[in-house]
Amino acid sequence: MSAVSTGEVKTSPGDARKRRGSAERPVNRVAVMVRRAGSIVIFFALWYAASLANAHLLRLFNPVLLPPPDDVLKAGIAMAKSGELARHILASLSRVVQGFLIAALAGVLIGTLVGRSRVLEDLVEPTVELLRPIPPLAFLPMMVLWFGIGEASKVGFIAYAAFFPIFTTTLEGIKYVDPLLIRAAASLGASERDIFRYVVVPAALPNIITGLRIGFGLSFFVIVAAEFIAADSGLGFLINDARTFFLVSNMLLGAAVIGAIGFAFNIVLRRLEARLLRWRKDARR
Amino acid sequence: MTVAKIRIEGVSKSYTADILALGRIDLELGANSFTCLLGPSGCGKSTLLNMIAGFVEPTHGRVLVDGIEVVGASADRGVVFQEYALFPWRTALDNVAFGPMIRRLPRAEQRERAERYLTLVGLAEHGTKFPSELSGGMKQRVAIARALANGPSVLLMDEPFGALDAQTRETMQEELLRIWQEDRKTVVFVTHSISEAIFLGDRIIVMATRPGAVKQVIEVGLAHPRERSAPDFVALERQIKQLVREEVEKLGIV
Repeated sequence: MSAVSTGEVKTSPGDARKRRGSAERPVNRVAVMVRRAGSIVIFFALWYAASLANAHLLRLFNPVLLPPPDDVLKAGIAMAKSGELARHILASLSRVVQGFLIAALAGVLIGTLVGRSRVLEDLVEPTVELLRPIPPLAFLPMMVLWFGIGEASKVGFIAYAAFFPIFTTTLEGIKYVDPLLIRAAASLGASERDIFRYVVVPAALPNIITGLRIGFGLSFFVIVAAEFIAADSGLGFLINDARTFFLVSNMLLGAAVIGAIGFAFNIVLRRLEARLLRWRKDARR
Repeated sequence: MTVAKIRIEGVSKSYTADILALGRIDLELGANSFTCLLGPSGCGKSTLLNMIAGFVEPTHGRVLVDGIEVVGASADRGVVFQEYALFPWRTALDNVAFGPMIRRLPRAEQRERAERYLTLVGLAEHGTKFPSELSGGMKQRVAIARALANGPSVLLMDEPFGALDAQTRETMQEELLRIWQEDRKTVVFVTHSISEAIFLGDRIIVMATRPGAVKQVIEVGLAHPRERSAPDFVALERQIKQLVREEVEKLGIV
């Protein structure tokens, strides 16, 4: 047996998808980093400038309504020292993680089962489609009635809200596996079980991961609202509690912490996604 | 011909009650033969291949391989698709190792086999690449290696080089012949290229359209390697072109 060189020029299909204008120029990674960091620096500078300009020059509104970033930072340091901030963060995070895990488990499991069975799909999908457009918040007062004002209502609420995107994307992923790949696997001797394990699941994985990422984001989105209504801890509670005492810096602090946590989690999830899906040409790196 | 490797007995296929996609077909394909199914789109050549593969059930009649009726796909009949159908999440090497993995061979043997067949198709250096990092020709090489690594006795190819540029296509035809001459599988090769069919096949089944049927079976008596500009080659090409043109005209649209 002899090996032969292929003598072909490799053309990458990804090239065509790149943004126009940048096709020839290689991306300068340092420049990208500087620009992206600049985005955040400019945001804080504008905030700072607006706050100072209003307080000392323009006096358009009560300066208390828009404290400068360093006031928020000071409030944060004070709260961190007292241990209060950590307590709120942990309370919110633990609800988000519990609710999200329930949603992820239920969404992926039910989505997979429904995606595998036409009968189940007909039985389940219309109801899900009926419930999906209702903002989860509409059910929050009911959740409080059903599960009380303890942890269960908040965890249940997050689980409910995060379930939909996870279920829907998993279902789509399982349903729309390229039939050619299934034929290819069958002609290589794969049984139904093998096909599910080695073709359907990996083919649906990008969809499932997207659903999980959206579901996780949504968990953070809705936890704050839940903590407005019935909680004595958590970042939502922190914001609402600060409002009653007119502590604007603390309100902004609550929002800023949520922003920072969401930002950090998104980076982690995208890294994970890029690693799991490194076979995809367009996977973000 | 001695005992047929593949027997097609009174096979027909209709997808709807009144439209016959493929009329009654009887064929015998000998072991280790290279048969080309040639015809314009809509002649049912891919349907016939899919029935041999076990992907599609005939409406009437049956397909026998080694005397056993085909029911569903089997590892003994390897398939190569025009669209490659590689698993995009597996590297080239892992794609080739898929069959051995399904057969639960020991890991070392899976790898050894995959490497051997990847070398056979000239891609020993590219084992760690994902399909998205390979050119069309390279992808089809991986797909051929994947089909062969399972040790099938039949190799079914559905316009495997149809998506490749002309240059790559001719290289791939030569490669396929080289591989086939080393290890003579029974090959059924679907194509709409007359020159491809003459270059590769022992036998060419020219298919008729509306309904799909066997129009003429042509034994290609030319010795390998075949020269596309040789007078015999050109004469055969002209003869088949006439046959195919009659069928294309029946379709009314060109």
